[in-house]
Formats: sequence, structure tokens, C-alpha cells
Amino acid sequence: MTVRVQIEDFDAGFEIRQLRHARKDVGAVVSFIGQVRDINEGDTVAELTLEHYPGMTEKSLNAIITQAKARWNIMDVLIIHRVGTLQPSDQIVLVAVSGAHRGEAFAACEFVMDCLKTEAPFWKKELTQSGERWVEAKAADDDAKKRWNK
Amino acid sequence: MKIKLFYFARLKESLKYSTEDIVLADGPWTILKLKALLAQRGDVWGQMLMGKLKVRAAINHELVHDNAPIADGDEVAFFPPVTGG
Repeated sequence: MTVRVQIEDFDAGFEIRQLRHARKDVGAVVSFIGQVRDINEGDTVAELTLEHYPGMTEKSLNAIITQAKARWNIMDVLIIHRVGTLQPSDQIVLVAVSGAHRGEAFAACEFVMDCLKTEAPFWKKELTQSGERWVEAKAADDDAKKRWNK
Repeated sequence: MKIKLFYFARLKESLKYSTEDIVLADGPWTILKLKALLAQRGDVWGQMLMGKLKVRAAINHELVHDNAPIADGDEVAFFPPVTGG
């Protein structure tokens, strides 16, 4: 399992290829890319800045991967999350899961994202025409996470 | 006992602190008791830590609840609900 928190952009194609080629018994790789939108809460977003809690972030992401691996029969999980100032259309996050079959890889990938959204210590601040503002946490993200408690 | 404190995002900005070392009288201490102590520092501290804004806490990089106990040497952090991804 790999966790990277970085300012630099990433090459999702390269990262997915690494996961695919790591083992010959990989039958499925499911990936998710989150990117910056130019609109939020009805306002145009010019720029997004991400802050995090070094140390806790890596620990939290590793713990999420450990949970996913305990729950599903998957092979490997990669999480790359960017920090710093990003522009609309920039990539923010990549989660990629490899496994023997698609079903468990799909579920694990969604689980990792739902946990990341509600547990990993990242905070977004956006720049709109009326100035800077912190992005508010969404109840929908908490609900998405709760689905996995069943 | 001595602890290290960190603040993030809106809290860091409003409190104008990112980190500090503080010495607490002998315990027992919980997150809630620490928040109440810090809230006495002034209006903005009260608003940020004990007001209507949601505040999350971590001890040694683990998310914890208000009644979690704090021990000597702990790293305690306060921050708003997370918004990554």
C-alpha cells in the first residue's frame, strides 16, 4: 500500500500501470480521480488551496487502507492527495485499488474515498469573486461514510 | 503536565496560532476540559472552541471525542470538520 501527500501533480496513467504490472494475478484495477471544480455553492471558484495535518494525514490514510484490506479481498491500494494551491480542472486526489475481480475493487475504492472525505485531515479554502472562504463539510459525505457501517 | 497543541484551517486563522506548548495543572484532563480552559483566553477563543462551530480534536494523530483523556507529552490538535478529497 502506498500513500503520498504532495504538492506536485501526478500521472494517473503511470500510477495505474504500476499497480497493474505489480502482479500477474491482478484482474481488475478500479480508480477514482477527484478534481477542482470551477463552481461551488453557486459561486465561481478561481482557486482552491488545500491544507493538511502532516503526520496525522499519512497515518489516517494508511489506517483507511488497512480497513479496506481487512474488509475486501483486494491486492493493493494507492492514495495520492495533493496539497497547496490548485486551479479548476487540476487533479486533487487519486485512489486506485487492484484485485482479482472488479466487484471487491469497486467497493474498496468507494469505501476509501468515503472514509478519506470524512476522516483524513485535509481542509479546502476557495477563492471566489467575494474573497476567500473555507469550504464547509457536507452532511452528504457523512451519510456516504455511514453506509459502510451496516 | 506539558502538551503540544496544533490548530488548523479556520481555527489557525482566527486564533492566529498554529502551534504552542502549554503546561497544564495536574490532571485529569479531557479534550472538553482543555477546550473550556482555552476558551477563557478571549472572545475569539470561546467562539472557535466552545461556540456553534463544529470542532474536531485529535490526540497523537487519532480523532477523539470530547471526553478523551489527555496525558503528559500528548500532541493535541483542534480543527474544523475535514473537507479533503
